[in-house]
Amino acid sequence: MLDYTPKALAERKSGGMINPAKTCQPIGAMYAALGIHGCLPHSHGSQGCCSYHRMHLTRHFRDPIMASTSSFTEGASVFGGGANLKTAIKNIFEIYNPDVIAVHTTCLSETIGDDVPTIIKQSEVPDGKVVFHANTPSYQGSHVTGFSNMAKAMVTTFAEATLAEKKAQVNLLPGFVNPGDMREIKRITKLMGVPFVMFPDTSGVVDSPMTGKFEMYPKGGTTTEELKDAGNSQLTLAMGRFASIGAAEQLEKKCGVPFADLQTPIGIKATDAFVMALRGAFAAEVPYELEEERGQLVDIMTDTHFHFHGKKVAIFGDPDVVAGLTEFVLSLGMLPVHVLTGTPGGALGAGVLGFEEGIKDILGPVADKCNVKAAGDLFLLHQWIKNEPVDLLIGTTYGKYIARAEDIPFVRVGFPVLDRSVHSYMPIVGYRGAMRLIEMVSGALLERADRDAADEDFELVM
Amino acid sequence: MALTDKEIESILDQYPSKVAKSRRKHIILKDGELPNQEIEANTRTIPGIITNRGCAYAGCKGVVLGPIKDMAHIVHGPIGCSYYAWGTRRNKARTEDGKDNFLNYCFSTDMQESDIVFGGEKKLAALIDEVVETFQPKAITLSATCPVGLIGDDINAVARAAEARHGIQVLAFSCEGYKGVSQSAGHHIANNNLMEKVIGASELEEAPAPYAINLLGEYNIGGDGWEIERVLKDIGYHVVSVMTGDGKWEDIRNAHVAELNLVQCHRSINYIADMLETKYGTPWLKVNFIGVAATIESLRNMAIYFGDPKLTARTEEVIERELARVEPVLAQYRKLCEGKTAFCFVGGSRGHHYQGLFAELGISTILAGYEFAHRDDYEGRHVIPSIKSDADSKNIPNLEVEADVQRFRLKLPAERLEELKAKIPLGDYAGMRVSMEEGSVLVDDLNHYETEEFIKLLQPDILASGIKDKYVVQKMGIPAKQLHSYDYSGPYAGFNGAVQFAKDVSMAFASPTWNFITPPWQDQPLLDGKMNEGGAA
Repeated sequence: MLDYTPKALAERKSGGMINPAKTCQPIGAMYAALGIHGCLPHSHGSQGCCSYHRMHLTRHFRDPIMASTSSFTEGASVFGGGANLKTAIKNIFEIYNPDVIAVHTTCLSETIGDDVPTIIKQSEVPDGKVVFHANTPSYQGSHVTGFSNMAKAMVTTFAEATLAEKKAQVNLLPGFVNPGDMREIKRITKLMGVPFVMFPDTSGVVDSPMTGKFEMYPKGGTTTEELKDAGNSQLTLAMGRFASIGAAEQLEKKCGVPFADLQTPIGIKATDAFVMALRGAFAAEVPYELEEERGQLVDIMTDTHFHFHGKKVAIFGDPDVVAGLTEFVLSLGMLPVHVLTGTPGGALGAGVLGFEEGIKDILGPVADKCNVKAAGDLFLLHQWIKNEPVDLLIGTTYGKYIARAEDIPFVRVGFPVLDRSVHSYMPIVGYRGAMRLIEMVSGALLERADRDAADEDFELVM
Repeated sequence: MALTDKEIESILDQYPSKVAKSRRKHIILKDGELPNQEIEANTRTIPGIITNRGCAYAGCKGVVLGPIKDMAHIVHGPIGCSYYAWGTRRNKARTEDGKDNFLNYCFSTDMQESDIVFGGEKKLAALIDEVVETFQPKAITLSATCPVGLIGDDINAVARAAEARHGIQVLAFSCEGYKGVSQSAGHHIANNNLMEKVIGASELEEAPAPYAINLLGEYNIGGDGWEIERVLKDIGYHVVSVMTGDGKWEDIRNAHVAELNLVQCHRSINYIADMLETKYGTPWLKVNFIGVAATIESLRNMAIYFGDPKLTARTEEVIERELARVEPVLAQYRKLCEGKTAFCFVGGSRGHHYQGLFAELGISTILAGYEFAHRDDYEGRHVIPSIKSDADSKNIPNLEVEADVQRFRLKLPAERLEELKAKIPLGDYAGMRVSMEEGSVLVDDLNHYETEEFIKLLQPDILASGIKDKYVVQKMGIPAKQLHSYDYSGPYAGFNGAVQFAKDVSMAFASPTWNFITPPWQDQPLLDGKMNEGGAA
């Protein structure tokens, strides 16, 4: 397995990727757009893009992923894709009848410079329907950037400050996480008694129930009324800066809604910060139910700390999720020694740390002992692991090859997970999500301990 | 159960008129009374239609090149294209020592905005250098993605320079996603380059063993190719090369020495099959190793071609042995499947091949189609001369080859060949239509809307398609079988494959999970009370 990956690290100057830890913007935009109720994502480019993105999302969620395409041909690539997009918009409304079409671009339509907003203006859009767009050139950023750009376009298109005074309502930007995580963030906010608008919200869309009937537009998703009303909220909580700050800043700029830059609430510290942000802004009491959950989590962490303490971990995936995981494994007494994302990690605004600085900030005193890289690939991660072995690998399904090659316990977290099911329904965020992470991590470590134990050391109680 | 034209019109009526007019030509009802029924295929998908189709890059790199294990496949473009074609197709490969197999690696130039503006040739060249240094592959492919052609990167020049620098073969494929109308364009582009630069490149002049064959258009999804090879080798065939499942660049260079080419997936590889005949005089035989009957027919046709009584006897021995093994098992599964109906919509040949296997299980295919086929895949190769080229097909170069002066050799006397053509599908494919039942529906480039509507009308018991349809269909309470990835099962080809398929399809019908769709409270009243005698209390 991966026999050609050498241990010796050589400088790579080409800027190419070997076994990437990211994909391109449009898939993130497609996923975000599914988080609007009654919305059909539309890929303005070649058919292949749309097919690949639908395939990949479908494999992760094991649920229908509906999206349409401009089906570019060579002619459209030379003369522009305007006619294709206009035809597409007309056909989509007549045949599939969504409330909203969310157009995202591709490297093709970006390279030829299609003026998408003008094309949309010239298109036939039925009364009460909306077509909007996000520019998502595949040659910048990653799928997380695409998610962020589409979330920002939702603000640009829909959000409005219609009230003289902001109302006691919070905007929740969950970032590029699973619907199970979005549900958990909403549950906690409800427990806190704070009215909210969450967007994008893919819960109820890509985790829809089996009913014997196919719904092209399932019950879930943020409604356009809610998106509009986001402009009246008192505060925005941007969870995960790489996926969420773009939309949060746009809300501040357009509607004067201030925002707090929070980590994706993975693990106890980040969840505490999320709860405290709600408590502070809305003077909301933390209910016993939540305090009980937190206490249970601390109880579990304490009871099991000896399974984790001092264990070396490699973590890879999307930057916001990786940041949360890094913090949480530290809280468990583990030592992150390799932390990598494929997404380029530049700072996203004034006072906001880039990926590598952010992770080092989380690592604090152990930062020097850890390899940290943005815009990295899994070839590099594997080389790092060969040079400094780890007890545990946490990341997306693509990590399974490294885990097998190096015989390391492996926990699947993030996007995509293509070879296991149920993950998208279950949270990793919040106190209960943290409990689930502990169960996954200890399961992986203890399965391995059991497997490796000699008969005389094989324990009933661990 | 057969549909009427009127019912088809009723589906199309809901389309805008232009769409309806276009789509009508892509749908036919099988009428065996007619000598031929023309279907429109290999034309543009209308923008906005939710199609299953992919792009030329997917057909070139994803389908044809990707499975070649001993080449490093570098994709020049933004990250996505390379990422999505990495490990997603289940084209299995193995080598004895784990060497010379790069399929677990994904190489991309990861083009950035500056590359789009200033050109990406230098970056591509630098990545080739790194790959050569670290991986030392015997050969490399470069596949272009959409922006490459638009910004004018000359990947052919980069490939030539890299060949000069490193002394290994570097092949460039201009398979930008916008070319043609589907994956099909990419197949053709891949075929041309393999034919021009790889096939026949070795010094080998004669096959090292008798009954030498190439297996074309077999991609070893779920291990299909291994099951086919097991049987072929058992009979005594020598497999020179496989294109391209578990395939090797080293073997493909020897493809010119074979005595016969077998064509499994007609759509993706018929160009090479034709060109091999023109250049080296090697005939091709259309085979179908999906289903027991089709496998047996293919094996017998091969024996007829070689005309050697010993080979024929061995063929029958193996068939008898395999049949004795699999028939009783299939009979058990057939009990669960008998009388059911299926839709079968797959890429380029499977939409046809699987109908026979379904039939063996007692399942009749009432609607079938291809995602990216041409008219000949539906109507048979006799229509090829009458297929009109259009702006999209003209953009794909057509490689013209001539007989190789040194190596051209008629593998059989011309008379014998003509005689055989009357008996077996030598150089011919009759297409999907002839083998379909009367009144069944053929749909080209079936889309989401039509899938839903045809399901409502025909109510199939199972739908064989891909991942994008699978959960849509299952939400309706109908089992869906992925015939691109086999739902991560397989092999489905050959004798063992038929059993595996039967098991999987039966499982789809028999799964207890279908019984839970309706919650108990939905068909029971909320209040459980009794009416008093003599009226309400």
